[in-house]
Amino acid sequence: MDSIFAQATATGRAGVSVIRLSGAQAFDIARIFCNLPQVGLTGLRAVRGRDGALIDQALVLCFEQGASFTGERVVEFQVHGGLATVAKLLSELSEQEGCRLAEPGEFTRRALENGQLDLNQVEALSDLIDAETESQRQQAIRVLDGRFGDAGEMWRGKLLRAAALLEASIDFSDEEIPDDLSVEVISLVEETRASIAAILERSMMASKIRTGFTVAIIGAPNVGKSTLFNAIVGRQAAITSDVAGTTRDVIECRVDLQGLAVSFLDTAGLRESEDEIENLGISRAYEMAAAADVRVFLVEEVGEPLPIALRDEDIVRLNKGDERSSDVGTVSGKNGEGVSELLSLIAERLMVKTPQDVVAIRERQITGLRAAESFLGRVLELIQADPLPFELASQELYFALSELDFVFGRIDIESVLDEIFSSFCLGK
Amino acid sequence: MKHFDVVVVGGGHAGCEALHAACRYGLNAALVTLDKNKVGVMSCNPAIGGLGKGHLVREIDALDGVMGTAADLSGIQFRLLNRSKGPAVQGPRTQSDRQLYLQAIQALLAQQDYTLIEGEAAALMSNAGSVTGVRLADGSEVHARSVILTAGTFMRGTIHIGDKRVSAGRMGEKAADELSLQMESLGAVFGRLKTGTPPRLNGDTIDWSQLELQPADCDPVMLSFLSKGPAVQQVSCGITHTNSHTHDIIRQNIGKSAMYGGHIEGVGPRYCPSIEDKITRFADKSSHQVFLEPEGLTTNCVYPNGISTSLPDDVQEAYVRSIQGLENVEIQQPGYAIEYDFLNPQGLSSDLESNLMGGLFLAGQINGTTGYEEAAAQGLVAAIGVAKRLKGVCPITFDRSTSYIGVMIDDLTTRGATEPYRMFTSRAEFRLKLRADNADQRLTEQGHTSGLVSGQRYGVYQEKVKRLDQCRSLLSSMSVSPNQARQVGIDLGLDGRRRNGHELLSIPGVTIANLADLTPRLVEFDTESLDQVAREALYVTYIERQGRDIEALARDLSVKIPNGFHYAGVAGLSSEMIAKLSAARPASLGAAKNIEGVTPAALTAVLVSIKSQSLKNTG
Ligand SMILES: Cc1cc2nc3c(=O)[nH]c(=O)nc-3n(C[C@H](O)[C@H](O)[C@H](O)COP(=O)(O)OP(=O)(O)OC[C@H]3O[C@@H](n4cnc5c(N)ncnc54)[C@H](O)[C@@H]3O)c2cc1C
Repeated sequence: MDSIFAQATATGRAGVSVIRLSGAQAFDIARIFCNLPQVGLTGLRAVRGRDGALIDQALVLCFEQGASFTGERVVEFQVHGGLATVAKLLSELSEQEGCRLAEPGEFTRRALENGQLDLNQVEALSDLIDAETESQRQQAIRVLDGRFGDAGEMWRGKLLRAAALLEASIDFSDEEIPDDLSVEVISLVEETRASIAAILERSMMASKIRTGFTVAIIGAPNVGKSTLFNAIVGRQAAITSDVAGTTRDVIECRVDLQGLAVSFLDTAGLRESEDEIENLGISRAYEMAAAADVRVFLVEEVGEPLPIALRDEDIVRLNKGDERSSDVGTVSGKNGEGVSELLSLIAERLMVKTPQDVVAIRERQITGLRAAESFLGRVLELIQADPLPFELASQELYFALSELDFVFGRIDIESVLDEIFSSFCLGK
Repeated sequence: MKHFDVVVVGGGHAGCEALHAACRYGLNAALVTLDKNKVGVMSCNPAIGGLGKGHLVREIDALDGVMGTAADLSGIQFRLLNRSKGPAVQGPRTQSDRQLYLQAIQALLAQQDYTLIEGEAAALMSNAGSVTGVRLADGSEVHARSVILTAGTFMRGTIHIGDKRVSAGRMGEKAADELSLQMESLGAVFGRLKTGTPPRLNGDTIDWSQLELQPADCDPVMLSFLSKGPAVQQVSCGITHTNSHTHDIIRQNIGKSAMYGGHIEGVGPRYCPSIEDKITRFADKSSHQVFLEPEGLTTNCVYPNGISTSLPDDVQEAYVRSIQGLENVEIQQPGYAIEYDFLNPQGLSSDLESNLMGGLFLAGQINGTTGYEEAAAQGLVAAIGVAKRLKGVCPITFDRSTSYIGVMIDDLTTRGATEPYRMFTSRAEFRLKLRADNADQRLTEQGHTSGLVSGQRYGVYQEKVKRLDQCRSLLSSMSVSPNQARQVGIDLGLDGRRRNGHELLSIPGVTIANLADLTPRLVEFDTESLDQVAREALYVTYIERQGRDIEALARDLSVKIPNGFHYAGVAGLSSEMIAKLSAARPASLGAAKNIEGVTPAALTAVLVSIKSQSLKNTG
């Protein structure tokens, strides 16, 4: 099999760029350019082209087969990040026999094929690479370090035991089998179902860490929503003017709020209007406001009736703090007063919703867990029926197990791989 | 010089089924066996069928085999196991009169045209990698184009009782050692397995009055599709229990047991433990059940099911007499353990042809299985393989989704055997579909096309299918509103949806009797047809879902392996797999799966690799 190489850090100018070389021949190929440090140690080396000319002083690291990311021998060159330096080393590498530029995703694919990562870890890795914020990164790490897999192992363990108990009641019924095995089956299945349900619930929230939370700014027309919005996102994204109804549609802007990806929505003023286009905007605004994780209501006066019902996590602020004496609970987009307190409060409210425990992130995982949860519900129903239809309960249990297999990449490996390899972008 | 199409070595359950099937195919067949009077002997427990095993017998019967018929002719206690559970996991079983069973088998064989040779096969003969026959211990040669070897527990069989060990294939019968040695010289690598049997008791010395009795079913379910009812008188079994005194005796003497004294290296079946095992491994259980099963109508011999042992004679007597009802019992033959040679079944094709030489087929205990039914089913498969090889007959497909036989063959050939392999319903992932009652509908048509099933059976089968089809279409033609359903006591929500008979039957609690109130013509059908449509309705949604799983499996197997595929580049393939696959160059994953010795793990690795390469190519 060819050895493959690629720049592992983002392209473009950077302080340091990493070039990774992987394959059975990686050490031999790397030796053409410099002496290699011992496996596991870092060495500063003069990297020279085949003509002997110095390419760069680089930090060089070697990983033995089985101990690297791909599971193959790997050499990493950490070079100074200039575009020309990187390009030179890449082109030197590409001229080596049996050595070529990696295809997108190829490093990861090799890691998967060599059993270095399970499928969930591969996905988490892709998430990690794409992570924009600290929470996204933490979440991916929790999957990558195998905690999600551990949960799966635990479920499988319990369900296999439950299946075994049911099967014993079937295949050894003419022998001495305790009559009350179903009690243990019920508790095993119930525990597993509850644990899956808990992860699913957390995952609903956690998926927002990937896709981003939404915070809607809501208020009557011309109350200063867009000014506040602009102050938050730090640029003139929404057109503001003193004419009521300027913001006709919903304007969205994404920011990194203390490590959370948050989309702020500037909604059209919530009021009755004659203008058809504006009405469209208003009904969109109602929809978006309903779906937002936190709503900031901007009001003129304390106790003013609100256009939609307030939820616990929502925040109410008096507008135009700049024109008033500085009460608590006012905010001004114009001079920025109260904005950072407001943002901290929003972050705090969102943080509460952020699961700190392991979750399922991908659609594939969530679909599988949901299906497993519902099959387990069927098992519980059947087990409590009289007479107990053992063969059906056990069949439902196998359906649940095969859904888990699908999530954890054991059965139906075909379609799982399809999904991963087709959604996976550049290989690291 | 004698010259045959096929010679079957061994007149046990595998051998008899193989021989009879070969004759049905019209092959010129011979049977070589050690003792012609012992053809069809039940070595151990005189019972046929049970859970999973009953399914195998029905499948053998669906292909016109002899086991089901012989069991029905000799059955003295028919019981449907799991009667209170769902139909998919019910297993017909009967206790047989040992003597009548053997007579039935010999009579069925006598109706066929074959040559019986009494003697010991001592060597396989071959030419250019293909078998040419067997040489007997007396030096005579039997020439044949194929050989089916079914030597059971006889190959280097060693019987253990306490620290005594005797070379024997069964109690009182000599072992067949020469063949093992000769096959080893050909490269065969034997493993050792062991099994055990309990002491046989004199029923006249049992105090039956103290015992609970288990009678036969009052509506007996037969093993053969063609049988109408039991042929002989039905009897009851006794039930008794071991007690703490029994356990003490065994514990005190455990070191004298062949198994615990370190005399045995072979692996025994975990699901069929000796009494020593039971007491050691489940030390907290103070009592174990023992079934006292009469061995026949004309013998006083009783088989105490549940206490197989390899303790010395005197200890056997002491512990048996500590059991209620057996205080004065007389042991007619002591229990013993037996160790024997087997060959790793991963070396077999799905026709059970061995990789040792072309035309050599192995069936039964020698492949690492245990049990009469497992052996018989393999005998049948081997005979089909021979007919395919010699006559090019239309083969019969046995796969996991259509038969228990398929499950067994797949398990054996892909996973091998590390302990004696026995069938369970739980081994069959598609068991809701693979019921004992529809074995004929899964196999008889194919068997007829292949030339294995007689016209008589096929006629009966066609009649049955015709009735079933009429019954099914009558149900399909029903159109019942929720209101009408309520009038006959079917509790339905008033959703306005009209339902046909199948849909109504799939509602829990709805019976044929409910439907007969709506469609009186239903009563014209026989109970068997009505029962069967009800069973189908019970499982229909499950079977549909599983059908999708079967398709997924088939889809995987149909994946094409590109020409010139580079196996050495597939991560995770052992060098042995690389060599096998590179030599065979299979065109699809399904073909790769059929290569002897290729493991499921290897297939997955190949699949992943093909997948990722095709993705690479498309971008
Ligand atoms: C002591 C004992 C205990 C058992 N316990 C159990 C149990 O608990 N549960 C269970 O399910 N099964 C048990 N069995 C196994 C069951 O009897 C076998 O699985 C079944 O009989 C195997 O069938 P077979 O056709 O493979 O071999 P067998 O029934 O053993 O038949 C082998 C035949 O081959 C003949 N033969 C062997 N070698 C040669 C040769 N070289 N030349 C000519 N003829 C030869 C023999 O004479 C015999 O007729 C036990 C068997 C024994 C002996």
